[in-house]
Amino acid sequence: MALTTEATRTAVSPPRLTTRLPLRWLGLLPFLLFATLFLLLPTLYIVVGAFRDGRGGWTIQNVLDLATPSIRSAYWLSIRISFWSALLGCLIGFLMAASVVLWGVPKRLRNPLLTFSGVASNFAGVPLAFAFIATLGPAGLLTLYLRTEFGINLRAYGWNLLSAWGLIVTYLFFQIPLMILIITPALDGLRREWREAAEVLGASGFQYWRMVALPILFPSILGTMALLFANAFGAVATAIALTGPSLNIAPILLYAQIRGDVLGNPHLGYALALGMIVITAAANAIYIVLRARAERWMR
Amino acid sequence: MTRIAAWTIFLLGCIYFALPLWGMTEFSLRMRRGEYSFDAYASILSNPEFQRTFLFSVTMALVTIVVGVLLVVPTAFWVRLKMPELRPFVEFVTLLPLVIPAIVVVFGYIRLYNTGSWLPLTGTAMGTNALLAMGYVMLALPYMYRAVDTGLRAVDVPTLTEAAQSLGAGWITILGRVILPNVLTAVLSGAFLTFAIVIGEFTMAAILNRPAFGPFMQRLGQDRAYEPTALAVIAFVITWACMGLISLVARTQKHTRAAGR
Repeated sequence: MALTTEATRTAVSPPRLTTRLPLRWLGLLPFLLFATLFLLLPTLYIVVGAFRDGRGGWTIQNVLDLATPSIRSAYWLSIRISFWSALLGCLIGFLMAASVVLWGVPKRLRNPLLTFSGVASNFAGVPLAFAFIATLGPAGLLTLYLRTEFGINLRAYGWNLLSAWGLIVTYLFFQIPLMILIITPALDGLRREWREAAEVLGASGFQYWRMVALPILFPSILGTMALLFANAFGAVATAIALTGPSLNIAPILLYAQIRGDVLGNPHLGYALALGMIVITAAANAIYIVLRARAERWMR
Repeated sequence: MTRIAAWTIFLLGCIYFALPLWGMTEFSLRMRRGEYSFDAYASILSNPEFQRTFLFSVTMALVTIVVGVLLVVPTAFWVRLKMPELRPFVEFVTLLPLVIPAIVVVFGYIRLYNTGSWLPLTGTAMGTNALLAMGYVMLALPYMYRAVDTGLRAVDVPTLTEAAQSLGAGWITILGRVILPNVLTAVLSGAFLTFAIVIGEFTMAAILNRPAFGPFMQRLGQDRAYEPTALAVIAFVITWACMGLISLVARTQKHTRAAGR
């Protein structure tokens, strides 16, 4: 009853502007409160902590200390792993998507490919590591099969799953599908008319790709690569389940620091986390800017 | 020529994806010497720690979904209806969890909400559980918000709201009986994706020291050989089921809409 009268009253004579303004904000309050408490404040705490010393003063020493050899090499290895897994993920994902969308692999396979990509891009973390240990690990299925049937000893060729390249090969399992999911709509956006126009003007297939298709797709590809980079850089669970603490990469170092202060300085831990935010934020900024550019062609 | 190259690339890609799936399945069946058996699965399913941690993570996922829906649907609705000028800002905030690594946020949690702080959530088990649930809502925020916001785009929010108001509905009735049914597909896809993310999540649960499924899998991986791969198969099936449910929901939506016309 009360609701009815109130609703009719608002419908007949809207309340004065002065009372409306704060009420509008009230509707957003739960969200703002949640975001502040569980996203912004915790992050801010880490960022501010990176610029404090043990006695409560301000300093940039922690950030400078990130240049110590062990931390620098952890970042560098992380960056290389993320870069290669992003580059290969982009390349292979692009080729697989293009083979179905453009190059004559039957269209019937398109939906299964996209569905599988949706599953595989979410199949990360601990189970993914187990799957690769069972396949390419020292006693893995493929490792043993190649050794007993063909006499190929992967280890003798320098293969080791518990290494940087092992991690890259494992990350590709969610990087390639993510690329397929993002690039397929972009490939759909390549109009048949553009290809025909290029052919009428005498362009070869190679020239069409070099001068028409790739320049249009380039922002999408590069942007997705930045996204894949950030994706790999922040991955903790797969790396820990695969290699344990043995591989010195930034997320594992931070994990060890949080659990046991291995660096012996809590504020250096904050600086380590700050470095990770800066790198993933930069990669995401590149993605957002390039995505906006890519969308101009996708109308 | 292009066709052959395309098929080669496509098949090589398929082999890359098939091998680990085949490898883990085969490995998980080899626990008994000399023959295939489901021993590893039997061993997992009868493991009391598996039952406990799995139940914990399922509960966590359901709590996350409920809190997430209660947070995201009214917010997305309100922004569309009353504050469209704030949409870019809200969207930006909801995308931040993709930018800030989860391990950094949870690092902030244990410092900000420790026993000596103004809100000592990590002091009790229940408080830590609540904190973990909030962390999961934060992780799911980008997917949940995007799904619901896209769902709302297909709905004439102002007209529906005015119609409901003129019939005497309050805000709760409007949200629960007008807006929610209209974006149910979007909410359900967001919910299944959230479930898939939360059920095996490792980093946050491990750092907050909760008995969740992800850390259990990781521990088991350190001291067993066959059971972990059985777990990997189970996790893969769960992920597959969640994604299957999402496309199923999307398809039913299309059918009911077509039938309604």
